[in-house]
Amino acid sequence: MKVNLRIALQREIFDQMEASYPNEGGGFLLGSVQDGTVTVQDIMQVENTFAEEEQYHRYAMRPQDWMRLEDEADERGLSLIGYYHSHPDSPAIPSEYDREHALPNFVYVITSVMMAKATDMRVWRLRPDRSAFEGGTISIT
Amino acid sequence: MATIRIPTPLRAYTDGASDIDVTGETVGEALSNLVDRHPDLRAHLFQDDELRSFVNIFIGDEDIRFMQGLDTEIDAEDSLRIIPSIAGGRR
Repeated sequence: MKVNLRIALQREIFDQMEASYPNEGGGFLLGSVQDGTVTVQDIMQVENTFAEEEQYHRYAMRPQDWMRLEDEADERGLSLIGYYHSHPDSPAIPSEYDREHALPNFVYVITSVMMAKATDMRVWRLRPDRSAFEGGTISIT
Repeated sequence: MATIRIPTPLRAYTDGASDIDVTGETVGEALSNLVDRHPDLRAHLFQDDELRSFVNIFIGDEDIRFMQGLDTEIDAEDSLRIIPSIAGGRR
């Protein structure tokens, strides 16, 4: 899996993740998929609705946010192609919690935020048998 | 016939279709009909015959968890929607 992401969108994600620190932040990726290459065309920030005292290590969204953004993607001729969130003071590697709440055919972008500074971004996709995430490559242009 | 809207990532298991006509008198029967015809969906919707915790089923704007769950009765005009509550966390 290869993911193309414009540098301005990466900066936008980093800014959001750093502003959310020490809590987790997240949102959705809108774009397209062609021949296995995912191109991110827009990002949509989504409020973290997990209990506030748990937000330092948890991120969740309302189902209504999914509905709204999936409809918006359809209207714009795009697809809801993935999800991004941060791991404050932890590596950009999916956790068991991430795996249990994941879907296949969806791009997971994780940003590591160390001491309030975004330091690493990696992309992942859940295997169809749900057993593990597989890493992909991200091209920042 | 009721319809179920499939979330984008799972349309790979419905030959790309976003809306599937289903039979059944309850939400549970409709979902059974769906996964019988598209069996690769099952593992992502169910765990031990229960809906996965992050999988929500809406009828219009109503979450079936606040109705009668999988026993919620449906009729032919109902539009159901599968909505994942994507979540994450560092550990």
